[in-house]
Amino acid sequence: MPKDGGIGASSKRREDVRFLTGAGNYTDDINMHGQAYVHFLRSDIAHGTITNIDTSAAASMPGVVRIFTGSDFEGVGGMPCGWQVTDKHGQPMQEPAHPILAQGKVRHVGEPIAAVVADSLAEARDAAEAIVVDINELPAVVDMKAALQDGATKVHDDLDNNLCYDWGFVEENKDAVNKAFEDAAHVTSLELVNNRLVANPMEPRVAVGDYARGTDESTLYTTSQNPHVIRLLMGAFVLGIPEHKLRVVAPDVGGGFGTKIFHYQEEAFCTFAAKACNRPVKWTSSRTEAFISDAHGRDHVTKIELALDADNNFTAIRTETHANMGAYLSTFAPSVPTWLHGTLMAGNYKTPLIYVNVKAVFTNTVPVDAYRGAGRPEATFQLERVVDKAARELGVDPIALRRQNFITEFPYATPVAVEYDTGDYHGTMDKLEEMGDFAGFAARRAESEKNGKLRGLGVNCYIEACGIAPSNLVGQLGARAGLYESATVRVNATGGLVVMTGSHSHGQGHETSFAQVVAEMIGIDENMVEIVHGDTANTPMGMGTYGSRSIAVGGSAMVRATEKIINKAKKIASHLLEASEADIELKDGAFSVAGTDKSVAWGDVTLAAYVPHNYPLEDIEPGLEETAFYDPSNFTYPSGAYACEVEVDPDTGKVTIERFAAADDFGNIINPMIVTGQVHGGLAQGIGQALLENCAYDENGQLLSASYMDYAMPRADDLPMFDVDHSSQTPCTHNPLGVKGCGEAGAIGSPPAVVNAVVDALQSAGKDVTHIDMPLSPDRVWAAMNG
Amino acid sequence: MYNFEFEKPGSVADAVAALGADDAQALGGGQTLIPTLKQRLAMPTKLVSLKGIAEMQGVCTGDDGAICIGGATSHATVAAEAGAYPALAATAAHIGDPAVRNRGTIGGSLANNDPSACYPAAALGSGATIVTNTREIAADDYFQGMFTTALDEGEIITEVRFPVPEKANYQKFVQPASRFALVGVYVAKYADGVRVAITGASNDGVFRWTEAEAALSSNFSPDAVDGLSLSGDDMISDLHGTGDYRAHLCGVMTKRAVAAAA
Repeated sequence: MPKDGGIGASSKRREDVRFLTGAGNYTDDINMHGQAYVHFLRSDIAHGTITNIDTSAAASMPGVVRIFTGSDFEGVGGMPCGWQVTDKHGQPMQEPAHPILAQGKVRHVGEPIAAVVADSLAEARDAAEAIVVDINELPAVVDMKAALQDGATKVHDDLDNNLCYDWGFVEENKDAVNKAFEDAAHVTSLELVNNRLVANPMEPRVAVGDYARGTDESTLYTTSQNPHVIRLLMGAFVLGIPEHKLRVVAPDVGGGFGTKIFHYQEEAFCTFAAKACNRPVKWTSSRTEAFISDAHGRDHVTKIELALDADNNFTAIRTETHANMGAYLSTFAPSVPTWLHGTLMAGNYKTPLIYVNVKAVFTNTVPVDAYRGAGRPEATFQLERVVDKAARELGVDPIALRRQNFITEFPYATPVAVEYDTGDYHGTMDKLEEMGDFAGFAARRAESEKNGKLRGLGVNCYIEACGIAPSNLVGQLGARAGLYESATVRVNATGGLVVMTGSHSHGQGHETSFAQVVAEMIGIDENMVEIVHGDTANTPMGMGTYGSRSIAVGGSAMVRATEKIINKAKKIASHLLEASEADIELKDGAFSVAGTDKSVAWGDVTLAAYVPHNYPLEDIEPGLEETAFYDPSNFTYPSGAYACEVEVDPDTGKVTIERFAAADDFGNIINPMIVTGQVHGGLAQGIGQALLENCAYDENGQLLSASYMDYAMPRADDLPMFDVDHSSQTPCTHNPLGVKGCGEAGAIGSPPAVVNAVVDALQSAGKDVTHIDMPLSPDRVWAAMNG
Repeated sequence: MYNFEFEKPGSVADAVAALGADDAQALGGGQTLIPTLKQRLAMPTKLVSLKGIAEMQGVCTGDDGAICIGGATSHATVAAEAGAYPALAATAAHIGDPAVRNRGTIGGSLANNDPSACYPAAALGSGATIVTNTREIAADDYFQGMFTTALDEGEIITEVRFPVPEKANYQKFVQPASRFALVGVYVAKYADGVRVAITGASNDGVFRWTEAEAALSSNFSPDAVDGLSLSGDDMISDLHGTGDYRAHLCGVMTKRAVAAAA
């Protein structure tokens, strides 16, 4: 019987009413009195030296307030990087300066060179066209391996070369891993590309800077997943504004997918310019600008090798990855191919020895950073592809090979530094086999072949590390931030609650699911709980939403704060009921004395807290408001098994997905409907990566896929009806809700299933195709078949 | 977008007069022109909308049985009202998305002659006649390469006349991002022979595949195309497919169009 509220209920998303009726309040909806508009003049050259910028003609054009160039920011900090990776020799990564506006050189198409602030956007654009910029074009560094050759053109003249870092993990295991490969009965190796992607949230980025001269306070309204992080980074490291004089508001945000985590130049610019011009300054990204200024995702080139013994047990994994950083280090870029990638290389398998090498490379392209999954899709893709390839080489069933090597005992310490607390990989695979009707596949394949199509079945597993993260651990790993979360629970006199969370919702449905948790704990209707997020002025310091962390970390902070509320309310209730506090029970929104019929309603207790006429003032303070910070003791480890069935048209190479089944273990679930929606969205993006999306540069550093005319987003008719199950639940052992997080799973788990399925289809027709690089667009599949 | 003047005349004559101004530009449904303006890639002084001209709207049947479509008729209207030429109606029904079909016009599409657009294949494959304010142009003379046509400056497509074939079909293999034709093949069988027009593939824009036409004129079956091939050398090669892939698709889509022709 489904619940009609609280934890486990598929409560309808309350925020959708405003989103779907045009009543949302997005950053672009915010317009300030006297606001000016900024247009950024961006480089259309990938790499070059700026020899001259002449703004004189532009400055006198109608409506122009002020024109800024790099020289206006010489005394201002550059864009900070929030994670320092240490290389395999113990040296810190090479970290170039990242200016707000280009200083002396341009290093990627889209880099802002000048900014025109004007009374209207049209006037700003007109004036920007009158700015004369002379650039001596230099050879563009695009290919990562070429970028590391001796004598390669340097993206940053003041660095030794284009290598950000050369990371080995675990370096001490390297020799043992190499030995295991020498001793292996079978080695499977695979070279592959994890294609560069553009996140493409529905809402482009927007920033509005405001400055109050009377109080010397700056406010930034921005499309961010983490307003407190932006306030800290921008205030402390870029503009030198103390946090008590700086407010950052991220109101309704129309999708982030990672690319709205980072602190961007446009945010710092609008905040700076609002003070410099003494006027609010607004920037709204066009879709074209988004393609060349939002941080991109993925872009790894990898060689992975899997060693097996004579009984097909995995004995070692060895990988070498080139990871594209782009021209500058985006906020969390260095962490993605290292600590979010290497630590996941064990996957679901008890491989005893693993060595991961990652070379992060600077190129003349847009910076690359976290995108839904961030490192974990890259790890999952290569691992699940090489396992599938090994099964084919050995002539064994790919599911049986996986099952044979599954981790079955928990907690399990991997050789790549993390300890899985719980999981049941056979359980999700059992579920998948049931959902996928594998027994019926042969008949479905025969039917496809009758219609001239090839049919393939691909299966894979995934594990991810979510709920980032223990602050002391990530501090050791190079994070320049803590990764706790916070919540303040304010109970009003009449019993309603406002929960102010450091998490940020930009599509996840927190306003609904977070309210369900608090309502369940107190036993009240969830409509009595309001969730407030997104404004540093009225939420406690929190690290924001990404990495599937919000229910696991933010939800835990909320539970802790609510527990404090309940504890205090019990004290009040014991006073009102003239009973011992130890005897007070809270159930269904009422406090009662155990073993009696004496009780007092939630609302009477909350009223007493604010109208303390009959109140234990000598023992406790009036009021009912508590804050908690929660720092997790471990990551959470969602896992699952996915199956994809494709048809391939051998005449055209066109792939269609006929069936897709996802069996996930997210631990406990707050709102099953929202979880299903999160999985659907993740699957759409993962399938998008596998079949459609391709962010491509030419050799001159020009973006070839710079609009929707060439960048293929997944559309509804590209996708099948998904079969999604999350009934396999091994609760997380170390957070109070037993939850693991579900936001990224679909994007992590689906690409290898798709590619495995297409390879299966082609091999069924006798094609000697062992791998095709994503996206598996028709031309690539046809070329592979006719290679 | 730069500033421009806007006129919406009610007659062809007034439109021609309005287009006499320096750097004036005719506006059909604006499905290419408006995005171009928004990108500031064009700077006309004046836009002359053709949508207010009643005589350029609608679908009718001429005395010779040809389907006559006003130059300012939307794709959606053609899809709904050109039932006498089912393959043409079906082609119109699959151009772009509903918004494009409700705004875009046949005259605008043919005047633009995008190398991946559908209507050029339909017009060339049907041997249509492009009627302008000054003359009638045979489709074989009209298409002159990518984004290039026989139209003179200020010349307006007032009508397009399509002779109705015995059988026809258009097969579009879409480019995954834009969903324009990566290769689109229009096959039409007339009493005096078969026409095959291909869009999306060639660096020279829409073209007739004469070898396939000859083979199909003597044997209108998919098998007739077997053994015929086009060279990929002069075909578009881009992120979405090489010239060789496009050349291969020309054969595949031609066979499918023949098989589906009705």
